[in-house]
Amino acid sequence: MNKINLIIKREYLTRVKKKSFIIMSLVGPILIAALMIVPAWLASEDDDLQNIEVIDETGLFINELKANDEVSFSYEFRSLGEAQKDLNSGGKYTAVLHIPKVVVTLPQTVQIFYKNKPKRSSIDHMENEIAKVIENKKLEDLHNLSLDQISGLRPDVRIVANKLSADGTTEKSAGGLAVGVGFFLAFVIYLFIFLFGVQVMRGVIEEKTNRIVEVIISSVKPFQLMMGKIVGIAMVAITQVFIWIVFSTLIIAGVQQVFKEDLMASKKEQLQQMDQFNPAAQEAKIAEKDSKNTSIAEEINEKLSRINFPLVIGCFIFYFLGGYLLYGSLFAAIGSAVDSESDTQQFMFPITIPLILSIVIAQVVIDNPDGDLAFWTSIIPFTSPIIMMIRIPVGVVPWQLALSMVSLILTFIGSTWMAGKIYRTGILMYGKKASFKELGKWLVRKS
Amino acid sequence: MSSILRAENIVKQYASHRALDDVSIEIPTGCVFGLLGPNGAGKTSFIRIINQITGPDSGQIFFNGEPLAAKHVEQIGYLPEERGLYKKMEVGEQAMYLAQLKGMSKAEAKKKLIYWFKKFGIAEWWNKKVEELSKGMAQKVQFIVTVLHEPKLLILDEPFSGFDPINANIVKAEILRLKEEGTTIVLSTHNMGSVEEICEHIALINNSKKILGGAVKQIQEDFKEGVYDITFKGNMIGFTNALWTGCELLDSKENGTYQQATVRLTGHKSPNELLKAIIGNVEVYGLREIIPSMNDIFIKQVEETNQPKEMSHE
Repeated sequence: MNKINLIIKREYLTRVKKKSFIIMSLVGPILIAALMIVPAWLASEDDDLQNIEVIDETGLFINELKANDEVSFSYEFRSLGEAQKDLNSGGKYTAVLHIPKVVVTLPQTVQIFYKNKPKRSSIDHMENEIAKVIENKKLEDLHNLSLDQISGLRPDVRIVANKLSADGTTEKSAGGLAVGVGFFLAFVIYLFIFLFGVQVMRGVIEEKTNRIVEVIISSVKPFQLMMGKIVGIAMVAITQVFIWIVFSTLIIAGVQQVFKEDLMASKKEQLQQMDQFNPAAQEAKIAEKDSKNTSIAEEINEKLSRINFPLVIGCFIFYFLGGYLLYGSLFAAIGSAVDSESDTQQFMFPITIPLILSIVIAQVVIDNPDGDLAFWTSIIPFTSPIIMMIRIPVGVVPWQLALSMVSLILTFIGSTWMAGKIYRTGILMYGKKASFKELGKWLVRKS
Repeated sequence: MSSILRAENIVKQYASHRALDDVSIEIPTGCVFGLLGPNGAGKTSFIRIINQITGPDSGQIFFNGEPLAAKHVEQIGYLPEERGLYKKMEVGEQAMYLAQLKGMSKAEAKKKLIYWFKKFGIAEWWNKKVEELSKGMAQKVQFIVTVLHEPKLLILDEPFSGFDPINANIVKAEILRLKEEGTTIVLSTHNMGSVEEICEHIALINNSKKILGGAVKQIQEDFKEGVYDITFKGNMIGFTNALWTGCELLDSKENGTYQQATVRLTGHKSPNELLKAIIGNVEVYGLREIIPSMNDIFIKQVEETNQPKEMSHE
């Protein structure tokens, strides 16, 4: 045990001292921050007004939904089918919002149909407006309220987004912040499995080509050396993630601060300019604009608070480590079977396929996080670290999560065992590249 | 005589070939033991089994009388033929790491490393990167970390390859000094010169089988063929005439005013009988028994054991 600690320590220290690690630690957060800030910034610039046709089956919402500078509402009394047909043939509306009769009791049955997806903030606004109306309706219905009832009044409205394609069929897309968070975390897992899995492989090849491996395995078991390397590099990865999270949070917070100050400064300027004309009216206008800004921020905060963050973070760590251990051990086996990195292509191929496939499948899963494809790929351990991560923030049935975790644990135990067998033979084979057939023989060989 | 290592009937089978076939080797405590054999004979397989890098398919190994176990690793020092270092690490850091892997404490490792680094004249390289070292210097570092933990059994696979003659001598002197201190040393090599010079016992492995083993002096004694070099003055024809049927003239040449002849005696004849026969015809200046070199024995044995195999190919 003491020896495996020595190996972990060496693997860790030599890597975190490297220039490339330090550069990655600095550049990574900047990229992440850019990834978060730029789309938000771009979105705020986009001012296409959505003119939404409301098909209200309840009659509660007529002229009750407030427009803002992103969306305006028009109320039509016709069937949903007609409205869709009209939308498809390029009518005057950009989307159809369908509020069914059951909305008060089932607030998640509201649907929107569109050809070009409305911005997330527009959908958030609509959900909020609908919730307000339902809340008012309930308040009117009930006169004697207990405190409990009051807190349950505001419904959790979720609009199901439907993309209307040219032939009139619709595709569901859950969209939204939850999926965004999931996809982001899934992508981080994908990136890190690749990045650090390849580091494991390089480390093994380095030991093999340096010819130090035989010296070391005369002191420790090959399996200890392999596991020490995998665990050491996992700790490097965790360190890197930690640094990224801290730095990118700092950067984003910093940028927000700067924006706020900017806003304040420009407001002051405006105020000073407008003072000369009609200070009272201008101030009122600015105050209104201000309140709108904060209300969008509040809405986002509210959405975020709906995500179960302890679960998401716990699962992120689990799938991150599980996926890394699974692929890391396979990468170690590849490293041991070749003499140089240029020989790895043939073996890398079958391992990278499921990884790349999961990112491709992820695009589908985002739109349909509860479909068959999403289910199976989040159970199969080779894709589950990425696919399950997308599904978790949206909500997954506990038994599916448990099944997925158990199958991942079992598979990485199996793959580590297999990799250990290939590894201990491979590292002592100099000067020739093994074939798959030989790898198979190494698997069944006695030590 | 006690033996530090006793291997009994070791068999090691790889997928397509048998690397060791019923090999039994006994290494006496405190000697320098030569493990000889052509490339691919099975030497490295045997050494890896001693180091517990791989296990035998059948057969047993005893270390100081106990069955070989994981705890013995710390009493063995191994310098593989394929040896290297982490290029990007600092020399001292690297040596510390390898020493600790052998079970030494940090303080102990540091103290001993400083002693050895000074002794080998590489102390100022402690903080340099390994990739800056010359090949010879890297070899010195490797040798140091192999012997640092004062193993009872030291296994050196081709220790002299890569050393210039000066450094090879330093290492050779170190090997002999360690032997004086009681370390048993196993030397796997093709360099027969060094075998005769420093090895007391050998085992010769060819085609996965041990074909010869024992004390070097005894083996040479066993392989003597009764061949003598005679230096004399006088007529070569007279010399030849004096030889009787139990004698065979192998070679003769003129060496200045002397004549030189190589003669093989057959049928357990003694050199005295040879002298008696020729002493009346020529004037004898020297008689020397030719002791077969380990090189000759090696080549002869390997060729002999390869013979039937080659025939079967035809």
